[in-house]
Amino acid sequence: MAVEIVITDLVKRFGQTTALDGVSAHIVGGRLTGVVGPDGAGKTTLMRTLAGLMLPTEGAVSVCGLDVVSQAAQIHENTGYMPQRFGLYEDLTVLENMRLYAELRNLDAGPEGDLFSHLLAFTGLAPFTKRLAGALSGGMKQKLGLACALMARPQVLLLDEPSVGVDPVSRQDLWKMVQELVDEGMAVVWSTAYLDEAERCQDVLLLDQGKVIYAGPPGELTARLTNRSFLISDIQGNRRDALTEGLQLAGVRDGVIQGASVRLVMAEGAGMVEVEALVRRYNARLLPTTPRFEDAFIDLLGGGPGGVSAIAARMPALPVSNKVMVRCQQLTKRFGEFTATDKISFDVRQGEILGLLGPNGAGKSTTFKMLCGLLKPTAGLAEVVGLDLRTSSVQAKLQLGYMAQKFSLYGPLSVQENLNFFAGVYGLKRAQRKERVAEMIEVFELAPVLDVTPDDISLGFKQRLALACALMHRPKVLFLDEPTSGVDPITRREFWTHITGLVGKGVTVMVTTHFMEEAEYCDRVALVNRSQLIALDTPDQLKAMVASEALPEPTMEQAFINLIERQNALTDGGVQAA
Amino acid sequence: MRRLRALVWKESLQVMRDPAAWLIAFVLPPILLFLYAFAVSLDVDHVPVGLVLESDSAQARDLAAAFSASPYLQVTPARNRREVESLLVSGDLKAFAVIPADFEARLLEGQGQAAIQIVADASNPNTSNYTAAYLQGAFSGWLASREGIPVVAPRVELQPRFWFNPELQSRGMLLPGAIAIVMTIIGTLLTAMVVSREWERGSMEALLATPATLGEIILSKLLPYFVLGMLATVGCTFMVVYLLGLEMKGSFAALMLLSAVFLVPALGQGLLISTVSKSQLLSAQLAVMTGFLPAFLLSGFLFEIQNMPWLIQQFTRIIPARYYVSSLQTVFLAGDVWPLFLRDMAAMLAVGAVFFGITRRKSRKGLD
Repeated sequence: MAVEIVITDLVKRFGQTTALDGVSAHIVGGRLTGVVGPDGAGKTTLMRTLAGLMLPTEGAVSVCGLDVVSQAAQIHENTGYMPQRFGLYEDLTVLENMRLYAELRNLDAGPEGDLFSHLLAFTGLAPFTKRLAGALSGGMKQKLGLACALMARPQVLLLDEPSVGVDPVSRQDLWKMVQELVDEGMAVVWSTAYLDEAERCQDVLLLDQGKVIYAGPPGELTARLTNRSFLISDIQGNRRDALTEGLQLAGVRDGVIQGASVRLVMAEGAGMVEVEALVRRYNARLLPTTPRFEDAFIDLLGGGPGGVSAIAARMPALPVSNKVMVRCQQLTKRFGEFTATDKISFDVRQGEILGLLGPNGAGKSTTFKMLCGLLKPTAGLAEVVGLDLRTSSVQAKLQLGYMAQKFSLYGPLSVQENLNFFAGVYGLKRAQRKERVAEMIEVFELAPVLDVTPDDISLGFKQRLALACALMHRPKVLFLDEPTSGVDPITRREFWTHITGLVGKGVTVMVTTHFMEEAEYCDRVALVNRSQLIALDTPDQLKAMVASEALPEPTMEQAFINLIERQNALTDGGVQAA
Repeated sequence: MRRLRALVWKESLQVMRDPAAWLIAFVLPPILLFLYAFAVSLDVDHVPVGLVLESDSAQARDLAAAFSASPYLQVTPARNRREVESLLVSGDLKAFAVIPADFEARLLEGQGQAAIQIVADASNPNTSNYTAAYLQGAFSGWLASREGIPVVAPRVELQPRFWFNPELQSRGMLLPGAIAIVMTIIGTLLTAMVVSREWERGSMEALLATPATLGEIILSKLLPYFVLGMLATVGCTFMVVYLLGLEMKGSFAALMLLSAVFLVPALGQGLLISTVSKSQLLSAQLAVMTGFLPAFLLSGFLFEIQNMPWLIQQFTRIIPARYYVSSLQTVFLAGDVWPLFLRDMAAMLAVGAVFFGITRRKSRKGLD
């Protein structure tokens, strides 16, 4: 039987909402197929239907010739499925988890021994068999999840967002493993919101609002963009201003900051006159560049949002100075025996965006939390706007705005009530409170959702609301903790438009992220690994640090992986490096 | 079979590593039992009462001594009413008795006309009733023990015999009930929580994508908690009988059979809750609201079902703990009364069948 998945006019509805709206596709063995799309596009619903866990409302799906409705039991026998969060038992050890999934598949003791040693070697988990799954790092959990899914010795492997919350180093390991499986002839379906991952798949299925908007090799989609992607480099002046101006020009579909340069994507057949004028004004150079999958993705979805932030336009500009707004010196945090942050020092000056990057568990969240006054340092100094967080944490908090990972909105309160609450929490006077709330509603266009609770609004609205709440008291420093995790590229661009706008007004920003593309927006990037600061420089400088003959133009992600591995090899002294 | 064994093994490992399960199965029961054995008691002794002695006669003082000697009363003597009235108002005394100035004179008249006055705080009717009864009892006891005072003998003498619990200790009734509470917590609360934990952590999704059938998954959830429940019963019984000294009239076998049967509806309820709610928090709340509280309040454990309004009495019929509590009280206090046991077991199985039936109808191997 052919290793393939055939999806025919698949429709899946949940009550009023349509998650999948007439999806048809043909997925074949020996190729890695990426299911790509923004949040809420229907990726997980599709994966669950392929795994025989959800019934189609209309249409049909067959996996290796087996129907997902009538032959679900056989599909469960022959298909490997790794759900989001990997489906592990955290209170069982690595070996116990593997044994459970082996026995559930009636594997005999003989090949079980071989299979186990093979899988342990394959995933590199052999030294950790006795460790509880809950005590593994994100990357190792992901590998264990994969090992358990592979117990099926499947022809079809379904991986649902396997790389969410996993750092680039672990992500790269997983890629290598999956590629090996594909080479053996397996059909692997990998769902992801990361577009750089989509670019590396052999085929992609691009979903948007439950519909397939592109199916085929990513290269073909990207090829449509040939001669339409440009890089403006050597900008004299502020690159953020150049981007804002560029996005307002006719014919520009999309634009982002890429290190010291600005990347622009032009509409098909658009004239370059205005762009060339812009380039001259900034005394810069215009270089054609290789299109990326993300350029094509945004183009396909109708182009990115505009470049002007209404909120930034309203904010009064802060007096410009070169003052240090955030300072940490020898900042250390210990939890019992474990040192989470080890003597980290850096300064952030006014109007700067500093990115804090690092693998899972490296200590970046701990550092971040100490700087916004959520954790007390064990030793060292943490200052915001010249206020010591140990002694004047309350005054310091009034100067800073904090946007947490999951947005920290109150689910049961309406949007209006959330706004009122945050205005109250920051101690605004009654009249001022009314005025600010009204202003936030206007500039973030929240009027249509005022009476709805945050749980029922789209991620894009949620993000705007969270930003509105964090900006209510006009903070001088803004802390963003993985602000665009799981958000689609268009919403992410909109968000960064606001952030660059605010920075233009003199606000200082600190941000943590796993998105390398987001790191490109930063003026400087602090790379944290194993509790220590291992690099602090501009994105372009970091890339230059790892450039070699084999890798003349490294991406931010390659720089990240390279720098981390370099330090790991150093500290391990080559002993544990294998 | 092999899959079921693997799942049961996994579940058992999880139970053994889960501190919450240990706490609920082996630490909570002793705490509850000791609480009901010593702290919670529906019996009352040393009721604080006032005694106003308006007469200084020998008879009056003798009566006062009799009051003081009563183990049920804690007497505060006083010279006039005003002293004790304020204490009654402040709640320091539950009642007071007044021995009037003419007490001895009337007593010796020989007509049995001697009277004392009893004033009780009736804000808690139950307490005021037995306080007054204790005082009256002490008074009649004293009268009866008097020699030379002619007492009018009643025509009919009442000599009560208290069967099953001759000392009228509420402990005899509370301890078996407490076992039922423990079993409800293990059967319903723990089961509801462990199933929804699998949903919450996403491991259920991985499990459903394997060849394991729905029946195997469900059974693997029930078996370990069934065993845990039976172990807890053995532990509780041991404590009740050997540590707390309550004699068990019936047989151990009957007790175990009843417990096993009770676990059917208890586990079924836990399972049903976890199919309705997929979050641990909601499951715990539902289990407490629909399992623990009814077992506590409506099973006849603390409050007599006959004294409840008719509608509530009917409602108690669908609460499995009701049948279990009544059977347990019988096993401990009366002995093996099989007709009663069979009736109760049939009722428990019927309720259990309903829970399992609904669960079966609502579950499909999938995520829809």
